[in-house]
Amino acid sequence: MKMRARILGAALVSLLAAAVPAQASGEYWSEPNVRVDDRASLQRGAKLFVNYCMGCHSAQYHRWSHVANDLGIPDDVVQENFIWLTDELGQKFQVGELMEISMSEEYGDTVFGGMPPDLTLTARHRQEDWIYNFLHSFYLDKDATATGMNNAVLEGASMPHVMWDLQGLQKAVRDDDGQIVDFELVQEGSMSPREFDRAVNDIVTFMSYLGEPAQLERRHIGIWVMLFLFVFLLLAYLLKREYWKDVH
Amino acid sequence: MSKLLTWVDDRFPLTKMWREHVSEYYAPKNFNFWYYFGSLAMLVLVLQIVTGIFLTMHYQPSAERAFSSVEFIMRDVNYGWLIRYMHTTGASMFFIIVYLHMFRALLYGSYKKPRELIWVFGVLIFLCLMAEAFFGYLLPWGQMSYWAAQVIIALFGTVPFVGPELAQWIRGDFVVSEATLTRFFALHVIAMPLVLIALVVAHILALHEVGSNNPDGVEIKKNKDANGIPKDGIPFHPYYTVKDLVGVAVFFIIFFFIVFFMPTFGGFFIERPNFEPADPLTTPANIHPVWYFTPFYAILRAVPSLAGSSFPGVAVMGASVLVLFLLPWLDRSPVRSIRYRSIWFKLLLAVFVVSFIILGYLGAVPAGTTETIVARICTILYFGFFVGLYFVSKFETTKPVPERVTTK
Repeated sequence: MKMRARILGAALVSLLAAAVPAQASGEYWSEPNVRVDDRASLQRGAKLFVNYCMGCHSAQYHRWSHVANDLGIPDDVVQENFIWLTDELGQKFQVGELMEISMSEEYGDTVFGGMPPDLTLTARHRQEDWIYNFLHSFYLDKDATATGMNNAVLEGASMPHVMWDLQGLQKAVRDDDGQIVDFELVQEGSMSPREFDRAVNDIVTFMSYLGEPAQLERRHIGIWVMLFLFVFLLLAYLLKREYWKDVH
Repeated sequence: MSKLLTWVDDRFPLTKMWREHVSEYYAPKNFNFWYYFGSLAMLVLVLQIVTGIFLTMHYQPSAERAFSSVEFIMRDVNYGWLIRYMHTTGASMFFIIVYLHMFRALLYGSYKKPRELIWVFGVLIFLCLMAEAFFGYLLPWGQMSYWAAQVIIALFGTVPFVGPELAQWIRGDFVVSEATLTRFFALHVIAMPLVLIALVVAHILALHEVGSNNPDGVEIKKNKDANGIPKDGIPFHPYYTVKDLVGVAVFFIIFFFIVFFMPTFGGFFIERPNFEPADPLTTPANIHPVWYFTPFYAILRAVPSLAGSSFPGVAVMGASVLVLFLLPWLDRSPVRSIRYRSIWFKLLLAVFVVSFIILGYLGAVPAGTTETIVARICTILYFGFFVGLYFVSKFETTKPVPERVTTK
């Protein structure tokens, strides 16, 4: 019995150790604090996401109605403030529809050299900390791109620094090897650095939700399933012990 | 009620079958931890089929819709996320269970006479499961789905003379495309499950014909009481049905913990690049198969190519699976259980398991110089197990095997 427990324990530990992802990162790298059960954060994130991201990026696998339900925003508020897309007849999209955008493929190709990617699953694909640091790491670099901005996480990103009015403008601080270690604000934005951190954290939280809406209920259901299974295990064990009394 | 049963029994061997396979199937009373995995494999097969049926109701096998229909399941279908996570977790758990089940056979010599056919059916089930998993992995139509399929199908292209035509025949196109997706869908939801179920039936029929082995490797049918019942046997039902129920409970705790709290399992059960739709023009950084194929993939990469052809690697990888069929005839020792075998056998088995695990790790990471050297050593050790077993089993000194099964 002990041997068994030890083998199982060792197997589980090694599996868990292997499951921890490794992330390459520079010295400026910082971790977001994503809590998808923080509804206020999700709502602020949704607002920023719609205002700053959805000009160019779609979230075409998700529906407005889910955002309304899951974040506790009334349908008419979503309809009124979030949805700007219209169909051929000039009718606004309804809340039951997918979170698409009006930018055409040709326009994206001409302006950015490629359609800006859909963001529904970016938090699952790139991971939350990547988005958090990406949005923090735009810095002035005259020669890099057409917008005069570069990004430390994604060198030569064709995305402009959309939130420059919030963050302000920063330049890169490099060490002797030319590696970026920090940033220095050269022009203040409308937000303080702490406010901007929170704003980006809200966007990442919303995108985490967007990547996997099920996580809002998944863990809550999981706890009850676990409790049930432990009771079931106890009963199954007692049943087994009763039946096996006469086996010698 | 009993009247109805008699009516049925006059027309169909219901009671007879129940007795033969359940209530009067006598199994050794000394089954230990390793004997839970047979019934658990059956359980996971049922789970995969049931969750698969519900996924099929909403999934759309087209290049245009496959990826978005999976996200539709994750978002718009009621509890679709739960069904899908059960299916993805089930796939990985199936392999964990089957690997442990096969390891049990190695521990206690369950493949030896008269159980050779049980083992052969089992290896066929394993092959079938690999095909089933491979076909299924393409269906979400993510980047890793697409490129892993591209790479694995390309392996068939290395076969001398007919290779390119063979690969094209499998794909139904010059590259992996919708033609590939639709045929893989058909194979995944109909062909492979049918074959799998038929093989499982054969596996169990063969088992019940000769009876179960046990951790002592003692033949319990040699010691029968006056009624012809093995003295060390107990009826499968109720003894092992209630015991396996405990195994099911423990398994479900692990299974649902993963489903509810870590469904991607850190990128091993659902891989991160697969959250991006398939793009034939962009290759992901590190293409590798899912974890349960990585030991064989590492063997493939370990073998150097010959005259520009990587067919030797493909052949060796094929051999690494097919050699399993020969196991009952490679092991020449009359003693079944590891409990009564020599230290040499124990060492061989330990080296085999360790090299298999190392190969599994190496198959998941990019192959550098060191990795390739280690992979080559482990490949030699992997095959060395079978060669070593052939000789060790002939010359090893074994301990005396008891007449009856032992219990602590």
